[in-house]
Amino acid sequence: MKLTLVTGLTGLLLLGTIVELLRRRQLREKYGMLWLAVLIIVIPLSLFPRLLDNVAELLGVASGVSLVLFLGIVFLLLVCVHLSWEVSALEEETRTLAEDFALLRAQIDADRAARDELVSTDG
Amino acid sequence: MVNGKRTLIIIPALNESGSIADVVGEVRGELPGVDVLVVDDGSTDRTAAVAAAAGALVAKLPYNLGVGGAMRLGYRYARDNGYEVAIQIDADGQHDPRYVPKLVDLLDDNDLVIGARFAGEGDYNVRGPRRWAMVMLSAVLSRVARTKLTDTTSGFRAANRRVIEMFAAWYPAEYLGDTVETLVHTARRGYRIRQVPVAMRKRMAGTPSHSPAKAMVYLGRAFAVLTLALIRR
Repeated sequence: MKLTLVTGLTGLLLLGTIVELLRRRQLREKYGMLWLAVLIIVIPLSLFPRLLDNVAELLGVASGVSLVLFLGIVFLLLVCVHLSWEVSALEEETRTLAEDFALLRAQIDADRAARDELVSTDG
Repeated sequence: MVNGKRTLIIIPALNESGSIADVVGEVRGELPGVDVLVVDDGSTDRTAAVAAAAGALVAKLPYNLGVGGAMRLGYRYARDNGYEVAIQIDADGQHDPRYVPKLVDLLDDNDLVIGARFAGEGDYNVRGPRRWAMVMLSAVLSRVARTKLTDTTSGFRAANRRVIEMFAAWYPAEYLGDTVETLVHTARRGYRIRQVPVAMRKRMAGTPSHSPAKAMVYLGRAFAVLTLALIRR
């Protein structure tokens, strides 16, 4: 009973955190929705840890809790890979921006030099 | 102009204020009429200012992108400003600009020309894992490019308009991507690659590393980059 209290409260706390972050617009919706979906699955499990025992038995896993643990690790691994992918895309975007910025700055310097030369030859 | 072609010399530079003025000065002295673009890859010293004072065009990146990032910027500049030939030269002074006309000559029949050490001219030797890495890269890339390549990591290259356009749109920023992966990519798309023997000089500033551990890491990374390049499309 004590264990259920701990896991259940943790689940609810996480739910509260995500909702609050979304409410303050600190999380992009695409990520917030993902975590909300996860919590909707996790909270019933945290209250009733034996919920998955039947499914576990079907898959040859001794206990539902072990199954949840396994699926949790696989899921977190996938999330990490996804984030690496997102970071790679972001790096490519910032690289392009940095290049554009350098090209523009070079163009401005060249224009300014050309104008200065014009002024000095006119004057 | 080199051989009647509008030519841009691209020099990627990171904290090279000690040598960049001499390199730019030498290139402009040896090759009158070419434009020199120094791409300052986020230097914390006065590289950009020194290069500009020496008469180069300067594009200063806001932060460090690596050689590949600096080079794509250089090729984009070459593409946008209508250059027919783009030549890449290192900022440490090890490449002799007097070889540039030789590289450009070969662009008549080739798309990408590489100035290579160990190809008979000059004295330069390496040993241990670094040597093995070079042998492995040469063997594999020579096969892929269907031409003899002995110095695949050379930063002394000449590209024609077609390759400039390809590199402006695609140039990897990762470690060794700027040399190894670009060669695989270029060869696979049917462009002709050739190497020319050139003598390399001692660097004007800075020292190359000789630690065996670093050489092993280099070998590993070279192998990884090469394998990835070969399984990519």
